[in-house]
Amino acid sequence: MSRDLILQAIISGILMGLIYALVAVGLSLIFGLMEIVNFAHGEFLMLAMFATFWLWAVFGLDPLISLPLVAAMLACGGILVHFGIIRRLLSAPMLAQVCGTFGLAVALRAGAQFLWTPDFRTITSPMSAGRVEIGPVFIGQPQLVAGLICLFAFAALWAFITRTDTGLALQATAQDRQAAAVMGIPTERMWALGWAIGLGCVGIAGCLLSTFYYIFPEVGVNFALLAFVAVALGGFGSIIGSLVAGVLIGLTESLGGLLLDPSYKTLIVFGLYLGVVIVRPMGLFGRF
Amino acid sequence: MLLEVENLEVAYGDYQVVWGVSLAVAAGESVALLGPNGSGKSTVVNTISGLLPAKAGDIRFNGVSLVDRPTHARAPLGIAHVLERRRVFPHLTVQQNLFLGAWHSAARAARGETAQRIFGLFPRLLERQNQLARTLSGGEQQMLAIGRGLMALPRLLMVDEPFLGLAPQVAQQLQSVFETLKSEGMAILFIEQNVRLALSMAGRGYILEGGRLAIAGPAATLVDSPEVRRIFLGV
Repeated sequence: MSRDLILQAIISGILMGLIYALVAVGLSLIFGLMEIVNFAHGEFLMLAMFATFWLWAVFGLDPLISLPLVAAMLACGGILVHFGIIRRLLSAPMLAQVCGTFGLAVALRAGAQFLWTPDFRTITSPMSAGRVEIGPVFIGQPQLVAGLICLFAFAALWAFITRTDTGLALQATAQDRQAAAVMGIPTERMWALGWAIGLGCVGIAGCLLSTFYYIFPEVGVNFALLAFVAVALGGFGSIIGSLVAGVLIGLTESLGGLLLDPSYKTLIVFGLYLGVVIVRPMGLFGRF
Repeated sequence: MLLEVENLEVAYGDYQVVWGVSLAVAAGESVALLGPNGSGKSTVVNTISGLLPAKAGDIRFNGVSLVDRPTHARAPLGIAHVLERRRVFPHLTVQQNLFLGAWHSAARAARGETAQRIFGLFPRLLERQNQLARTLSGGEQQMLAIGRGLMALPRLLMVDEPFLGLAPQVAQQLQSVFETLKSEGMAILFIEQNVRLALSMAGRGYILEGGRLAIAGPAATLVDSPEVRRIFLGV
């Protein structure tokens, strides 16, 4: 096994992991804020990819240009989901909450198949295409651009959550909603903001993913599964945890695929997950 | 009157726990709301601050009715509620906890100054300002919870069992802080189980029993009342 090949696998693993991480952080944020598990998270990734696709197919907008638009659309979608569905479920039994977002997932997936058929689509010749050669390593340019933008999105999210008053109020709401409310923090708006940010992150991830991945109604399923693993691995509610766990999953997948056999890569990811959950049930950076 | 509660009724679902309670606090006055465990004291204050909905009755602050206002819209009027068992934000620093207490615009504009005043009242918080709140001792967390309430520049401070589980020394220190706040003209509503302690700080007291108002009166008459002894000791 050559050193170059391993280096190659490490870099592509990290880049893919950054996308997993950005999908996972939205899930983690929403759970940390209101203890609701968004089972429709993968479907929102799928919607972001289709939105990117149609903006490209109909209006000729390149994904890198439609990125802010798709992120904003998904963020608005998050606010709608909060006020339309989640808000009504907050005082409902746990099973109703699970069925609420799970039902939304099924409806969105089926709706996408109905509207857009189960066909696989791709965005041909996007602005970021081809590959970059760094020494002995070849990196797909779409993956490189996607990874860097994800990293930047993480930095922005981190700065927002820890450095701004609104971000701190979001954390306060997650840690003790009642105490936050009596201090005058509008906790209901903070919840809606959490959904907006969570799905906005998915919007960014989906838009970037569509530059090098097939777009089809079922695309979200696998990503959501990996996002759940990343959230549990990193620790529910932890931003840094999602980042580290996402990258770890990407690395495990690509190195495991290279060193053992590509068909085992998912097995290794879940093996890693089981190991961490047994040794440290709250996840790497978790508080629960 | 600064705070007026009129015939308040509160229920958890079908289970009613507060029955027609009325009380009032004047500006600058300190009042104790007393009662044994489960008598509805916390339920009453939680309804005043909006954490629980009122089933019937009215709550007015400075003449403004609160019952239809969401919780977060009550603090800007000048009400601070220091919840039972401190409830600081464990994963934020002391300073972040304090600054979040000054959320509405008037308080936010003055938050640097207010924080200095609070560090004056509780020098321990200044020493610990960059520590996470969960690393503080129980007494320090109580200081932080009170400090965070004061950051909103309230006219009425409602404190729910502030002395619970504190070392006598810390309790004494808190008492002297409450005396300072009273002398500065702040109205305080103490929620307490410890009758003697609460009545030593308050001018008047209300005593709840089984969710109903049992007795009300000046502190001096309540301290030695046999009726109060019956409610608390069952003798």
